[in-house]
Amino acid sequence: MEIFAFLVDGLLLGFVYGIAAMGMTLIWGVMNVINLSHGPIIALGSFGVYLLFTNLGMNPYLALVLVAVGGLLAGILIYTVAIHRVINAPHLSTLLATFSVNMIIIGLGTAAFTTTPRTVNFSLGSLSAGPVTVLGTRLVAALAAILVTAGLYLFLYRTTPGKYVRAVANNRAAAELMGIPSSRILALSFGLGTMLAAIAGGLIATFFPFTILSGGVYELKSFVISVLGGLGNPIGALAGGLILGSIEGIIPKFLPTTWVPVLEFLMFIIILLVRPSGLFGAKR
Amino acid sequence: MNAWRSPGIWLILLVVLVSSSWPLLTQKAATREVVFTVLLSVVLASSLNIILGYTGYVSFGHIVFFGLGGYIGLYTMSSLGASLYIALAAGGLSAALLAFLLGKAILRLRGAYFALATIGVNEAMRAFINNFQPFGGPIGISLNFNVYKAYGGAAQALWLTYYLLIALSIVSILLSYLVKSSKFGLGLMAIREDEDAAEVMGVITPNAKTWAYVLSAILPGMVGVLFYFKNGNIEPGDAFRLHFSVELLVMVMLGGYGTVLGPILGAVGYQRLRGFLLTSPLFKNIQLSVAGALLLLIILFIPAGAVGWLRNRFSPLRRLLP
Repeated sequence: MEIFAFLVDGLLLGFVYGIAAMGMTLIWGVMNVINLSHGPIIALGSFGVYLLFTNLGMNPYLALVLVAVGGLLAGILIYTVAIHRVINAPHLSTLLATFSVNMIIIGLGTAAFTTTPRTVNFSLGSLSAGPVTVLGTRLVAALAAILVTAGLYLFLYRTTPGKYVRAVANNRAAAELMGIPSSRILALSFGLGTMLAAIAGGLIATFFPFTILSGGVYELKSFVISVLGGLGNPIGALAGGLILGSIEGIIPKFLPTTWVPVLEFLMFIIILLVRPSGLFGAKR
Repeated sequence: MNAWRSPGIWLILLVVLVSSSWPLLTQKAATREVVFTVLLSVVLASSLNIILGYTGYVSFGHIVFFGLGGYIGLYTMSSLGASLYIALAAGGLSAALLAFLLGKAILRLRGAYFALATIGVNEAMRAFINNFQPFGGPIGISLNFNVYKAYGGAAQALWLTYYLLIALSIVSILLSYLVKSSKFGLGLMAIREDEDAAEVMGVITPNAKTWAYVLSAILPGMVGVLFYFKNGNIEPGDAFRLHFSVELLVMVMLGGYGTVLGPILGAVGYQRLRGFLLTSPLFKNIQLSVAGALLLLIILFIPAGAVGWLRNRFSPLRRLLP
């Protein structure tokens, strides 16, 4: 039964990982850009919730809404400044452009916040059902992740801008011919991607300690999850997050925890080689 | 061979030799350390350029060869009692072998998928070595001080690593130039421009890519041994630092990818800039941000790098700057 408790813990965490990966995979799906500034944005999301909570005493979940708006605006800014000019250039250019944004954020963040770990002193108690005990903050984080996913789904499939996003992802040239303002839609999509990263960071802050550098770990996890679920497939990313979360929950039962990243990255490489379209994607 | 008649390569070799023998004349350890870092970057960036600049495959985790070479080298020296020269050969060979095996597997992936896979390889290797007890797990390997006695004490050993590094830099520049001016290199550049077309024209692309990857891995493996021999110890977090990998990409981009001179110029420029930013009181705290902003400006406005820009601007330079 103990394994069940581990599994539940991992699954709840998986929802949050899923949100972060969804942001990365959305950006990839719409504009074929691997966003290497994803990690620092996650860390900034954590800091946003931390600062609003510690300095203004705001409820972390209310702060999360502000952080989400901030993430959206930051993404639109990053796209306009750093990516728009190289959007049609080879992959190396966009990789390095987003990485330079990464360096700028990490550099400024280290100068402003140092690298001492921070924690948000906020607790919602815990909930027990039989052998399983879960922290309230994790449960709420998972619920928030589901809500965000539902919101994204509704946006993409039920609103006009969402339809534009899907059209641009599908075929940018054709979308332009249909009169869709593709530059603005690309900026919006990038903003949505960073918004998801910031939300994930904010949720992580409610139960894990973090520094400006800790986003890197979640960025690497986002790579693994995105590839698991198929790059460019947001719903697949959520499923990938759940898979990764449950693996992280169960493996420490059988092997030392330090083996978890070895297995994760091996799985990552193997999936890239065998099924680059992801576990749920169509066969090549 | 026609390649030897170009004045450009002789000029580059001469400049590198003269500037790297400067610390030998002054016998100052401080200057030597500065030049050591620069030469290390020259070797790594020139090697990366073979797969990145000539073949057009973005190897994001290239530092894995440097770290693996260092580990194998220190292991052969500390546990097997081998000499530095055997360790150097072992480091180079193991890096080449890893590149060969990886090449067979992941070079099938194109574009961003390959870049992602190389990140995965680097991270998997780091996580694996962290758990691998013969290599000391998370603590890593430390060299016993006695090891340096065979080379006339620690101070002498440092000079020896410096001489060896100069030799390896010359080899890396020559290798980069020979690949570029050979038929093999022409095949690689055809792959970069259009892989399918290259295949139709008779380039056996899987083999060419694998050999390019192997060639770009050997020297990083060897300088890894030198660097960690000089350092005295190695640990997983340090040896497989993704950030250093990206710094190498920056050097290649800065100087101009796909040229022989570009990575050299980029390595020197980047390390000098970094040294300046780290010591300047104004930028000390935000040196990473300043470097990032500069990188962004280069990517956005001079994507061909310094050498590429010069070559495009002044066409007579094309013959002079290889």
